[in-house]
Amino acid sequence: MTSAVTDVVSPRATGAVPPALHIENVTKVFGADEKRTVALKGVNLDVAPGEFVTVVGASGCGKSTLLNLVAGLEQPTSGHIDVGGRIAFMFQEATLLPWLTARRNIELALRLHGIPRAERPDRAQELLEVVRLSGVADKRPHELSGGMRQRVALARVLAQEAAVVLMDEPLGALDAMTRDHMHDEIERVWERHRFCVLFVTHNMREAVRLADRVVLMSSSPGRVKLDQQITVPRPRRIDSAEVAELASDLTEALREEVAAHVR
Amino acid sequence: MSVDVAAPPTELDAPDDDVIVSRRHRPLSVARTAWSWIWPKLAAVAIVLGIWQFLVWIEWKPIYVFPAPATVFSELGNLMTTQRFWESVATTLRRAAFGYTAALVIGSILGILVSRIRILRAAVGSLITGLQTMPSIAWFPFAIIVFSGTENAIYFVVVLGAAPSIANGIISGIDHVPPSFVRLGKVMGANNYSLYRHVVLPAALPSYVAGLSQGWAFAWRSLMAGELLVIVLGVTSIGASLDFARQFVHMDQVMAWMIVILVIGMVADSIFTTMSRTLRRRRGLAIDD
Repeated sequence: MTSAVTDVVSPRATGAVPPALHIENVTKVFGADEKRTVALKGVNLDVAPGEFVTVVGASGCGKSTLLNLVAGLEQPTSGHIDVGGRIAFMFQEATLLPWLTARRNIELALRLHGIPRAERPDRAQELLEVVRLSGVADKRPHELSGGMRQRVALARVLAQEAAVVLMDEPLGALDAMTRDHMHDEIERVWERHRFCVLFVTHNMREAVRLADRVVLMSSSPGRVKLDQQITVPRPRRIDSAEVAELASDLTEALREEVAAHVR
Repeated sequence: MSVDVAAPPTELDAPDDDVIVSRRHRPLSVARTAWSWIWPKLAAVAIVLGIWQFLVWIEWKPIYVFPAPATVFSELGNLMTTQRFWESVATTLRRAAFGYTAALVIGSILGILVSRIRILRAAVGSLITGLQTMPSIAWFPFAIIVFSGTENAIYFVVVLGAAPSIANGIISGIDHVPPSFVRLGKVMGANNYSLYRHVVLPAALPSYVAGLSQGWAFAWRSLMAGELLVIVLGVTSIGASLDFARQFVHMDQVMAWMIVILVIGMVADSIFTTMSRTLRRRRGLAIDD
């Protein structure tokens, strides 16, 4: 049973293809002197083009910091990050602009991406069809359900034609049913567009359900503890025995890590 | 054992997502909505008129000091047939429009500058709030002498009264833009200009409109004070007419002009209220009736 988690894959062993995302020896320190907190220490991670990587760890392990660094919203204290293309970000909240309709929210992303005005309406319509929301294109965010809002956010991510999509617990605020549904939705869109994903979550089953690779992070300072290839064939179900078993093995590994740290 | 933490279902969200959570209710009929909107206002007016008439009946004050509603309204009717009335209203509205527009431009530019430039905020930020607390009528002795009793004295005070509110509206709007929107704008690749144009300024709009509304209230008060204090020779206005009526103790005219001032103020206010409501409704924010 534990054999599944001892099979650590070296990040560099993925082959000759240059990674879409290359994180090398990244350290991030907040504050100075006594208030100094080391959020991340010597983090190494490569993500291949089209690969789906989920990052799991106890709270405070610097998962969100890692995404902010990749997005360029913060600068690493040392080490460096190479991103082979455009970045899009999906947050825990859908963060749709409340004064714009679903369609306009997507058109704004297209506009900022440099798509000419004449092409925007058709392109936005296509993207709404991809997430199966063309029927509510002219609704404003407050008229949509939580799941629909996240699907608009997903369409907006597609509008940015990113090579790397960062997802910071994007389903954390949804109920279990909607979340399950969103897993299918994200997987479907990802299989179609093949961007690479760095998906942060604290839900181990979700991590196993979605990922090509699960990365476990330890906390204070945050570092990569385990890098686990998930070979369960797709399509997967979150409640399947394979997913559940793998998730529970990984949870055990994480628990040992937390316990070791507390001791 | 698993550490799955499924968030409790926080909202109605069907798996197939064809449920639209809508907080808008279609009115049954326009007439009915209009009636439910208008009757409380009619009732309030009726109560005021009732008290007024009652005070006249018990002869609280002599009738030439405190005329009856009927006398005042018939005097208002008479006034409205005169050319002088419409000239007065036109002058005042022109002054209001001009003074308010100047305040709008100055307040908006000032607000954007202060919110963007840190040193300016440190220097001017508290001064703006200070100006707001200063009763604008206190500026008139100064303004009358500096602008030697011309219309410019009125504009000066109107702008001083209204611009700080407008500036503060835009400053607090920009300050309270949710950081997540700014983050979103940045990760979508917005530069400084497009971040302002598409994210920050639209997000600040409701607060800006609140500032505009408050600015209008200050502008209108300052204007009325100004017209009572600064009489420009040969130019009639609502304030000048009111003061003229007072000098001759034509109380029916005094009160008729007061009603005109009240009505103009209310009409302008309802325009701002409508703007603010429309904005809030479109954004799904609570509507406070």
